[in-house]
Amino acid sequence: MIRYLLPLALFLAIVSFLAVGLNRDPRIVPSPLIGKPAPAFSLTSLTAPDRRLTLADLQGRVVLLNVWATWCVACYAEHPFLLEIARSGRFPIYGINYKDQRPAALSWLERLGDPYVASIFDPEGELALDLGVYGAPETFVLDANGVIAHKHIGPITPEVWQDSLLPLLNALEPRG
Amino acid sequence: MRALMLILTIALGVEASAQDSVFEEREFADAVQEQRFRALTNELRCLVCQNQAISDSNAGLAAQLRDEVYSMLIAGASDEEIVEFMVSRYGDFVLFRPPLRGHTWVLWFGPFVLLALAFGYLFHQIRRRGTSPDGDDGEEHPPGHLAEPEPRLEERTDA
Repeated sequence: MIRYLLPLALFLAIVSFLAVGLNRDPRIVPSPLIGKPAPAFSLTSLTAPDRRLTLADLQGRVVLLNVWATWCVACYAEHPFLLEIARSGRFPIYGINYKDQRPAALSWLERLGDPYVASIFDPEGELALDLGVYGAPETFVLDANGVIAHKHIGPITPEVWQDSLLPLLNALEPRG
Repeated sequence: MRALMLILTIALGVEASAQDSVFEEREFADAVQEQRFRALTNELRCLVCQNQAISDSNAGLAAQLRDEVYSMLIAGASDEEIVEFMVSRYGDFVLFRPPLRGHTWVLWFGPFVLLALAFGYLFHQIRRRGTSPDGDDGEEHPPGHLAEPEPRLEERTDA
């Protein structure tokens, strides 16, 4: 009996490992920064070049920090939904304008609408490097103390919002 | 002889160009530093094009990370500090060789455990086959003693 059961068990073990392993998206690299304070920075605001933004500007509330760029096609796809989140007014969205050019980024916001409370202008990707950003769009959830609670890689879709981001945001900042 | 020289020249030429950075010209204080830069950028994985090292990727992020490694090297950081800098931002994924930790134990030693199990099973089978030619009778025979052919067929027809 064992001589039939053992290969079967081995086969099932391999199949279950493959089922888990092959269904993972290798492009999604888990961030080691979850649960750690967001890095300090001092960069100019995209819309107000003479104003400097720092981590203190993001603290005090639960915020979304969205990495975007005009060269990023998925950001274009994500943009209308960000506007929707912004319109609901519950959670402020800050942007990191990533490796972009100021005029292009400004005209993007003018043309498509600006969902951001403010966008941090990061043309060299220095803040992005400290945040372990490796593409756009990426979205971080920061709690009121500026601790990174979550990182979403790829565009925020209504499904992502309903299934993962909103429950987390509600847990961090109960409605009331 | 000339053909050999030609082959050597081409081979060495190709070798030399493979050693140089494909993307940027960089100045190093000495050969050791240059060697360290090469080793580090070969060990760090590009996150955009995941099966390339940052040394041979022309993705923007790879270039940025090469710059970062370079400026840290010039500023006198140790190899460990540079690796730690990258790991703290991008996780173990930036390393082509995952470090030995609790949860990577299976990754590092699992194959050897499986190999040992497979060999164990193999030897077990060989021993069994060696002592009892028909394998499954379950009886122990002294080494070198050939089992007498058992009258199985007759038994079955009798029964």
